[in-house]
Amino acid sequence: MSAATSGPAVEVEGLSFAYPGADELTLCDVSFQVPGREFVGLVGPNGGGKTTLLRLLLGLLEPDTGSIRILGERPAKVRQRIGFVPQQSGVDATVPATVLDIVLMAALGRSNWGPRFSSRDRKAAREALERTEMLELEHRPWSALSGGQRQRVLIARALAFRSEMLLLDEPTTGIDVHREQELLDLLHTLNGEMPILMVSHDVALVSTHMNRALWVNRRLTDLPARDLTVARVERLFHGDNTCHPAHDHGSDHSSEHGGGHGDPHGHAAEGEAG
Amino acid sequence: MGSFFADLSTNPFLLTGLLAGLFASVACGTVGPYVVTRRLVFLSGAIAHIAIGGVGAAIFLRYQWPDLFSALTPLAGGAVAALLSAPLLAVLRHHVSERLDTVVGALWASGMAIGLLLIKLTPGYHSELMSYLFGNLVYVSRGDVAALAALAAVVVGVTVLFHRRFLAVCLDPLQARLQGISVLWTDVVLLSLVALTVISLTRVVGLILVIALLSLPAATAGRLVPRLASMMWLATLLCVALTTLPRIAVYGAAVSPEPAIVLAATAVYLVALALPARWRGGGGGEGQARG
Repeated sequence: MSAATSGPAVEVEGLSFAYPGADELTLCDVSFQVPGREFVGLVGPNGGGKTTLLRLLLGLLEPDTGSIRILGERPAKVRQRIGFVPQQSGVDATVPATVLDIVLMAALGRSNWGPRFSSRDRKAAREALERTEMLELEHRPWSALSGGQRQRVLIARALAFRSEMLLLDEPTTGIDVHREQELLDLLHTLNGEMPILMVSHDVALVSTHMNRALWVNRRLTDLPARDLTVARVERLFHGDNTCHPAHDHGSDHSSEHGGGHGDPHGHAAEGEAG
Repeated sequence: MGSFFADLSTNPFLLTGLLAGLFASVACGTVGPYVVTRRLVFLSGAIAHIAIGGVGAAIFLRYQWPDLFSALTPLAGGAVAALLSAPLLAVLRHHVSERLDTVVGALWASGMAIGLLLIKLTPGYHSELMSYLFGNLVYVSRGDVAALAALAAVVVGVTVLFHRRFLAVCLDPLQARLQGISVLWTDVVLLSLVALTVISLTRVVGLILVIALLSLPAATAGRLVPRLASMMWLATLLCVALTTLPRIAVYGAAVSPEPAIVLAATAVYLVALALPARWRGGGGGEGQARG
């Protein structure tokens, strides 16, 4: 879409993060790159750090160590160029608002004064709704939409005014199988234009529909999505995710969360040959 | 009821009272929908009770040092306390993750306790305090009506300027943040408008009962219309009706109108709850072209 995508879309190097007051790292020495228009699934156990990684990529959290570059810039600087699709529960359904109201949120940030959006903003919002086939519902209240429709509206919001990359947080939650397939078709179409990173708890979905999987469980394991078999997930799940960071956080307290599945390779979590 | 209209021409207080209710209703109908959708009802209650502390402080200071504080009317004291509490409560909401309700409850009760304490230290003012706690339109002067009109204009003006930010923060605070909007500052502005509205409503229903008019008409409107902007229009109309009709209905009877207003607001809300929400089940949004 733009010149900036000539470099890697995402570049994460030696990233570690702990929440303030926590004595364990949530993410430990995470490095990966997303070179171009890949469809990447972020998978892993609950509490493994998927959401934290997403928040770091959005610039809502700052890494303790390491660096993140998105489209060659710091995350907070490129927010206006990447689209984020939250879980649909992120929108308060008790607030009376229409589909168009939701998508128009994407136009905020330039001039926010006054009660109305400009006709140009409205036009861009409608075009985005057109792309996700939701335009005819533009005046429908958010509270009246199905889960699948809501997800398409949120994708439209993410696409409006910016379309260099898409980040999605569990978009298939609460959607039936048929709608899920339609949603993935839409994402595949969009993937022709931009890289997509999607957090998912659905390992089967990631392995069948995406190029690449990033298994996040404090440490990160990078593997081709098709290798994400039940057996592999089982091993990943029980693999050693202890953290031996090179600096500060001493290795002395990491033994307490080793999980007892003593991986002799230690460092390279689940370092088996596949 | 007939006697109300008969007296309207002879008793100027009735007319100024009605006008006061009208302007307070504009502020209330404008801010109420945000209070309900951003879930600020409890914080708004705290603002109202902290305002009682300000009213008490003003009465006390004026009694102790009449020369220094001659300009500090009780309502001005309440306004200062309410406006100071707005940023404090916004910061607490953003930074206290555990037991926010306990902390806010402590401020709520302490504000009122300070007010009561200072009143006790001031001889002879107890009946006046009652008019701030429970409202009394008889005390409304022409100057008060002008002040209420100005407050309503400020509330509407700020809302017109900030509406898109307010709506974004109500709908999806995380996305608002990603769009570069400070959710904390938006809440500070919003709660400051609540503070001004609380002061506007003090004469109409009193600080203790303010919370009913801030939340119930807006919540009723929210059951009936599909957009926040339409919610404001309907909430304003409901506020006008609710501050006027019960007053006329009990006129001349041995009951005070303020509790009647609150009970009427509750009754209307219960009726709206019993109705099926109009927009549920699809459609609903036709003809809602307005921003």
